[in-house]
Amino acid sequence: MTDAKTFMQAPDERGRFGEFGGRFVPEALMPACLELEIAFKDAWSDPAFIEEYNTVLRQFAGRPTPVTPLLRLSEKLGINVYAKREDLAHTGSHKINNVVGQTLLTKRMGKTRVIAETGAGQHGVATATAAARLGLECTVYMGEVDTVRQSLNVFRMELLGATVVPVTSGSKTLKDAVNEAMREWVTCVSDTHYCLGSVMGPHPFPWMVREMQSIIGHESSRQLIELGVATPDFVVACVGGGSNAAGIFSGFANTSARLIGVEAAGGAAVKNGSPGVLHGMRSMLIQSEFGQIEEAHSISAGLDYPGIGPEHAYLADAGRAEYYPIGDEVVLDALQLLSELEGIIPALETAHAVAWITREAGKTIPKGSSVLLNLSGRGDKDVAQVRSLLRGE
Amino acid sequence: MKPLETKLRAVRDSGRKALVPYFMAGLTPDWTQHVEAAVHAGADAVEIGIPFSDPMMDGVVIQEAALTSLARGTNLDSICADLAKISVDVPLITMTYFNIFHHYGLERSIGKLTESGIEGAIVPDLSLEESGPWHEISNSYDLANIFLVAPSTNTERAKLLAQASEGFCYASARMAVTGKSSDEGDAAQVVAGIRAGSDIPTYVGIGITTPKQAKDASKIGDGVIVGSALVQLLIDGAGPGKIEEFITSFRLAID
Repeated sequence: MTDAKTFMQAPDERGRFGEFGGRFVPEALMPACLELEIAFKDAWSDPAFIEEYNTVLRQFAGRPTPVTPLLRLSEKLGINVYAKREDLAHTGSHKINNVVGQTLLTKRMGKTRVIAETGAGQHGVATATAAARLGLECTVYMGEVDTVRQSLNVFRMELLGATVVPVTSGSKTLKDAVNEAMREWVTCVSDTHYCLGSVMGPHPFPWMVREMQSIIGHESSRQLIELGVATPDFVVACVGGGSNAAGIFSGFANTSARLIGVEAAGGAAVKNGSPGVLHGMRSMLIQSEFGQIEEAHSISAGLDYPGIGPEHAYLADAGRAEYYPIGDEVVLDALQLLSELEGIIPALETAHAVAWITREAGKTIPKGSSVLLNLSGRGDKDVAQVRSLLRGE
Repeated sequence: MKPLETKLRAVRDSGRKALVPYFMAGLTPDWTQHVEAAVHAGADAVEIGIPFSDPMMDGVVIQEAALTSLARGTNLDSICADLAKISVDVPLITMTYFNIFHHYGLERSIGKLTESGIEGAIVPDLSLEESGPWHEISNSYDLANIFLVAPSTNTERAKLLAQASEGFCYASARMAVTGKSSDEGDAAQVVAGIRAGSDIPTYVGIGITTPKQAKDASKIGDGVIVGSALVQLLIDGAGPGKIEEFITSFRLAID
């Protein structure tokens, strides 16, 4: 971990990536975090568990997802863009990778119920899906604002047998959904696993979720070689908490590829934040002069988060990855561009990464560069919102 | 031994069960008078909540109180300035979340708190494992660190937490965040775990909302902590008279 030449290894024994991470939770949750760490280490080094995880990903989640050369976009931008198609995974985003792993782990720990937070609803839908498959009870906490802008996802979760609890505290978005899920976890930790959806929270979550998403990076690395790209010049992913980015970066952390995380401008924790402690971790947070956490603002519910996973804070600090903000105003254009040129409607979250590539082609990204885009989710969930926005409603 | 612990041991040695009410700093402009009213009615120490935007360990009542206080423009500086106005002869203990101090600076926070008359700190999201740097600085400042022990804590951890606690050890009566509760709770088991590690005064809190619950808890521990029930009264506009009445009813129940 301290070896400056290798990145994205296991954190230290305190769950730290450099100065970031750790375990800042109420004592009531400490035993569960310690138990989870032991259970995860045990499962992740058990070939039978890994085999089961990979089998479910293959037979149920639709892996491996392809890498698609985006020919018309590439031609337009003068660079070579390849998309890792997580939008084609079951439930429409990379979120399924993590929840397949965590629900299998839930069963292995002898727990019968999962709770989860969700922003856009993608993690909630994925958790409800994986829970249904294993017969686990599932409750999802979702900010009230998000239940409105993603009402179809609420219904999807309910169809899958989950209970959705609208969260009315604070900003009524993802940050508050995490608070509420943590509070709920305190009351039911003996039989319930908190299936956290991103590379955030107390140790071991940031590490465990990154490991369960690392399949994105490992598959892409192989697939790019088959396409004649030994190492891409850039790997680009959107970042809320940062799980899809952590997943794809995992495959390229120790190569020459430049790793780019694209945050929503209204939640740009690396650019506008400072070190702080929230949701069990020390990371970069957007906060006031007196350490009150500020509300993030984004067109996409999934990036509406005032923090970032601790490993990303570390990668930024160490200079290994770069993080840039993208404002709401260019996101819709990017979504339309990809839809029209490539026949792929991306999620609003993913459209941030597309917008950065589009804007920086020929600038930060030299002409002729190869760029791997993590196409983290499909845009079906956003179509109603996009229609309203485009009609100026 | 930190001064807080000397004082709280003396309360116990006198045969008295300690009553510790919780106030949200800055909830109303006259909040310091509420603290004084509670002490007048028999509180043995007072917990002062410093509002945080994301109180992970708190239920709806204290969440609302925190947001109300913050909306009034309170911050660590203004609250410490208010604290200097409080004139009581019982110890004041702060409770808040670690980011407030992390952001303000650990040494600067501890200096500021102790200057303002705070003798102890409860920081529920500062786990034993992460508490090293905070502990080290507080040792040179007479600030006592109070840890919570939960029903989920095993015997070995309970011992460590009891031994790391100064002033008193906080026995969480149930697996819940702060607020109303009707179940019996697990206080007896938690207090036993703490006592296996240390003879530090042990106070029971979390979900104690009625004098009857306080009475039961006081038979188990050396004192009781009452938060949300009191804060709800204050949210509903209670003045010093109502507060004295409330504290007296708890006092009578545990004496």
